Amino acid sequence: MTLRLALASLFARALTVGMTILAIGLSVALFLGVEKVRTGAKASFADTISGTDLIIGARSGSVQLLLYSVFRIGNATNNVTWESYQDIADRPEVDWIVPISLGDSHRQFRVMGTTQAFFDHYKYRQGRALAMSDGVIMDDLFDTVIGADVATTLGYSVDDPIVVAHGLASFTEHKDQPFRVSGILEKTGTPVDRTVIVSMEAIEAIHVDWQSGAQIPGQSTPVDVIRGMELTPKAITAALVGVESPLQTFALQRAINEYPEEPLLAILPGVALQELWGIVGIAETALLAVSAMVVVTALIGMMATIFSSLNERRREMAIFRAMGARPATILGMLVFEAMLMAAFGALLGVALLYAGLFIAQPIVDSAFGLWLPIDAPSLREVYVILGVVAAGAIVSMVPALRAYRLSVADGMMIKS
Amino acid sequence: MQVGDAVLALSKVAYRWPGRTAFSLTVPDLSVAKGESVLLLGESGSGKSTLLSLICGTVLPDRGTVKVAGTNIAGLSGAARDRFRAEQIGVIFQQFNLLPFGSVVDNILLPLRFAPERRARAGHAASEAANLCTALGLPTDITQAKANTLSVGQQQRVAVARALIGQPPLIVADEPTSALDANSQVAFLDLLFAQTATHGTSLLMVSHDPRLGERFDRVISMEDIALIERAAA
Repeated sequence: MTLRLALASLFARALTVGMTILAIGLSVALFLGVEKVRTGAKASFADTISGTDLIIGARSGSVQLLLYSVFRIGNATNNVTWESYQDIADRPEVDWIVPISLGDSHRQFRVMGTTQAFFDHYKYRQGRALAMSDGVIMDDLFDTVIGADVATTLGYSVDDPIVVAHGLASFTEHKDQPFRVSGILEKTGTPVDRTVIVSMEAIEAIHVDWQSGAQIPGQSTPVDVIRGMELTPKAITAALVGVESPLQTFALQRAINEYPEEPLLAILPGVALQELWGIVGIAETALLAVSAMVVVTALIGMMATIFSSLNERRREMAIFRAMGARPATILGMLVFEAMLMAAFGALLGVALLYAGLFIAQPIVDSAFGLWLPIDAPSLREVYVILGVVAAGAIVSMVPALRAYRLSVADGMMIKS
Repeated sequence: MQVGDAVLALSKVAYRWPGRTAFSLTVPDLSVAKGESVLLLGESGSGKSTLLSLICGTVLPDRGTVKVAGTNIAGLSGAARDRFRAEQIGVIFQQFNLLPFGSVVDNILLPLRFAPERRARAGHAASEAANLCTALGLPTDITQAKANTLSVGQQQRVAVARALIGQPPLIVADEPTSALDANSQVAFLDLLFAQTATHGTSLLMVSHDPRLGERFDRVISMEDIALIERAAA
């Protein structure tokens, strides 16, 4: 009867109660949505590279190495010589190694020189391999494979010619050696989507007439001659390594870090990602705190609604008192009512979250490469609902205590 | 009148409004016997509401005793007094007696929630409520209707059913007919008296209308039983 009367009382004030529940529902949906995007972004971040045991580059910071080698953010401070690369590649612990050469760009996209092995060993999102959406992996010196975002942004299709610029944001173009798009990769949600991939030899080829970052005046080697040249790279930017056995990872890492010929750095991608996430984490915590404040605001709105309803409900409370209800019962009823509103609000929030996810999931995936998984409500969601109900009970104590005092003062007779 | 038979007995009661020292109420002696119906006449501002609050135990006298069914209610704790009120007294207001969002049967059964003994006395509460509705001339299908869909006359009769259920020894009514027109007043009182007679319930009704007096066993006026002191403002 108590529950039924409480529900009937709420239903009688359907409009204001509905608004309150909607406000709580939206705030809870926002909170859970931020949480979802946060974990999704974190997972997506961690999914950028998978299956690689070590990343090798010139000695700098581990986050910096991770940023330029995997995320194509920032630049390498130094290169790794081809000899060092060969030395490491020849070590018995190394199962596979993929060289990466960066430094050129095409429009706003980075150009990456690598080998066929990149397509075999680069994995993302729990071991998924790259796949071609159109065309084939490059087999000619002047072939290129482009990421999905490059293709859509610049409107390229297979067999289109492209010209690579020297450096980044540069006006100097390698006009003498135009490339041909041989294949377009499927969308991955990783920086590969925004990369133009060419062979290591191609990187050498376009720099034949260049020295110390500038074109040698008057020199222009014909393409036929370049094709006949020895195009072994002199240096690489970084390398991805897979080890024979996971047990050897640390030994290899130590050996590379103590490599006597050249200062090198080997990092574990997972550890560096954690470190990087630790930096990004502050913003993420701030976002979560803001959305938690929105929930608090909605609950305070509920408190205001209960407050403003007290006056018109004094008659109701007087009836309860006349029928033998204690002031504490009146207090309990108001708190219970608030908890019901908070619970309905929180449940509405969860429903809105799922509705939102179903609608937004494909859009967010294609627009941002961010995959938001739709899972059954977890313990976390249950805790959020319980937390909102408990917080609702706490904030409702303020108007409920006022109702308590009013009902003590009024008794059964309302004094105006 | 023997005090032992009194359902209600006030003796040397004095009450001063907190914060309003200029206003105080004294009731030297007032009693209502078992089965007796008493009309208490008084103009507004004569202290009627305060007297009812003293009888129902929502305010306590500064001095003197208020006994309901032989129990001095000042001797009870606040929570026990609230339960005692639910057990012993049926209350009918002037108007707005019912929870508008509750059904008729919800409203009738409301005092039983707070009074386990009275609930036990009522037996099968839902059918008891239906019987009372029938006896009070309400349509039989009314019990599930929402209280705010009823006419004022119907609402007052539901309030009577609520006061009567579980047979409390005393019914306190605060101008229950003032919201009704003359014809409805007569019909209402007929039904009320028939029910209090059937159950042997004492009735204390407060009103400003002396014309109702002839139907009661006894008519007293506030001026005769109570002394109001107002300091010159």
